[in-house]
Amino acid sequence: MDWWRRFRQSFLLYSFLRDSVAIACSLILIVLVLVSFLAPLIAPHNPYDSSSIDILNAEMPPMWMDGGSPEFILGTDSQGRDMLSTLLYGMRVSIIIGCLAVLMQAFIGVVIGLISGYLGGRIDSFLMRMADVQLSFSTMMVAIFLGAIFQEAFGVGLYEQFAVPMLVIIIGLAEWPQYARTVRASVLAEKKKEYVEAARVIGLRAQRIMGRHILPNTVSPVLVISTVQVANAIMSEAALSFLGLGMPVTRPSLGSLINSGFEYIFSGSWWITLFPGIFLVLLILVINLLGDWLRDVLNPKLYKG
Amino acid sequence: MFAFTVRRIIQGVFVMLVISFLCFTIQHQIGDPVRDIVGISVSADEREALRDKMGLNDPFFTQYVRFLGKAVQGDVGMSFFFKRPALQVILSKAPATLELVFVSSLIIIFLSVPLGIYCAINPRSILSRIIMGLSIVGVSIPVFLTAIMLIYIFSVELRWLPSFGRGQLVYIGGWGSGLLSLNGLKHLILPSIALSSIMLPLFIRLIRSQMMEVLETDYIKFAWAKGLHKKRIWYVHAFKNTLLPVITVGGVQIGTMIAFTILTETVFQWQGLGFLFIEAVERADTTLLVAYLMVVGIIFVVVNTIVDIIYGLVNPMVRIQGSQ
Repeated sequence: MDWWRRFRQSFLLYSFLRDSVAIACSLILIVLVLVSFLAPLIAPHNPYDSSSIDILNAEMPPMWMDGGSPEFILGTDSQGRDMLSTLLYGMRVSIIIGCLAVLMQAFIGVVIGLISGYLGGRIDSFLMRMADVQLSFSTMMVAIFLGAIFQEAFGVGLYEQFAVPMLVIIIGLAEWPQYARTVRASVLAEKKKEYVEAARVIGLRAQRIMGRHILPNTVSPVLVISTVQVANAIMSEAALSFLGLGMPVTRPSLGSLINSGFEYIFSGSWWITLFPGIFLVLLILVINLLGDWLRDVLNPKLYKG
Repeated sequence: MFAFTVRRIIQGVFVMLVISFLCFTIQHQIGDPVRDIVGISVSADEREALRDKMGLNDPFFTQYVRFLGKAVQGDVGMSFFFKRPALQVILSKAPATLELVFVSSLIIIFLSVPLGIYCAINPRSILSRIIMGLSIVGVSIPVFLTAIMLIYIFSVELRWLPSFGRGQLVYIGGWGSGLLSLNGLKHLILPSIALSSIMLPLFIRLIRSQMMEVLETDYIKFAWAKGLHKKRIWYVHAFKNTLLPVITVGGVQIGTMIAFTILTETVFQWQGLGFLFIEAVERADTTLLVAYLMVVGIIFVVVNTIVDIIYGLVNPMVRIQGSQ
């Protein structure tokens, strides 16, 4: 029960309970994550099951408007799928891709940041120059380019079939420099401390010092940027899907739902676009606000860039 | 200063070489120039003969040098779809994107500077809290969603503004401008608001935090002690030093801007570079794709280099560090 006492007395919990915005945001986030992962249980329809979809139900407005039906609370999309169910499934896809992509970029970025900061010299300046150049191109741009190149290289069919891993790799490759710079900055600060010197005197190998001694001390900045990066990754995924470089319409994410709804906005069917849009913005907003709060509390010396 | 400038230019050229190498690798691995020229109804033997004649069976590095030599002279290959030199296609679409970016930058500059300064001077007023709150909401709304909502409100429901295309253009030489006719300007309003919507909150927050930092420094306290008028302290003394980091960030944000023109132009069917890029992806027009990457790469490198040099000119600290 030691960790529980430590957790209850921690500054993190103390400041969390005194910040109503943080509490509200985490409640909303928990609800959003729960409903999207419980979608198979709570969604009224299954959008992946084509036998339950009837094209005659296409473009029905939400239930409180004329022509709406209580069977479809938020109306239906252009293929007759229930908006609410499709939305919940779509949000699950978006969250999964966002989290996996952040794991991917954190892995690449942390490894490169550790190597770069610990070894220094030529390797360091080469890797950091690479990160600088990539950052100056903006992550969204790199992600769009990589998406286009992947789609050309693998063909549209294969790309759509493996859309989730492809998107994870694309967003991971596009956004690693943030991690690399942050980790490198804290490695440089840790490297000078005595415990690292002691570890080196004992004769430990570089990998062990990097992985077991320095890495645990870089966790708090990594945690802070991870929160904001999840929001960024979800945003990038939505943008790629909107451009047709992401999830196909048959297994939609929030971005591809907005894309499919866009064609029907001129005929007045605003709900196909608006509802996924609201959920996307809500998701990104609460994660961003939580990230801001976490940064204020932990206040690690982040790389300013 | 001279040494610093030269270093930055050499760096820029090096980055450009890396970009051209990546582009060539993409073209080499994915593209098929023979298909681009003859289509698919030619026998395998003839294709092989043509490949030999075009030097496509040469070693990789020889081909790269040839590609680079041609690229320096402005020849990056023929577009498969347009049957015209890719660079020519891109240049014909460039004015649309440049005008869009120009108008959006104007919106960003003229709104973010006063709003940012206001929020920094009156950090506790209700208005600046509202602005800061809205700005974090603004950062969280994807640009394509803003664009779609603008279209729905102003084009579909209210029917005030057109929702797609560039409208009536006035041609000056080869430059088709939408800035000179009322109809063209109307078409510009929604796309430029959509494009600026993502940068505006970022700039407001940046200017605010920078200005608040500057207002804490000693020379500002000294200016107060001297009894200068508050307007002079805010708008002359403090604002000058606020601008420094804004220039660097602004230069870097050009990249983000271009990324977002792809999204904005797709929504508004705006006949610019971003729309061309997405069309090239859909048509598997590798040569055009690579040409776009090269052109955007050059724009980036040039803008970043110029921004760095300007930053060096206005900030002596960078210049002295950089020349060592």
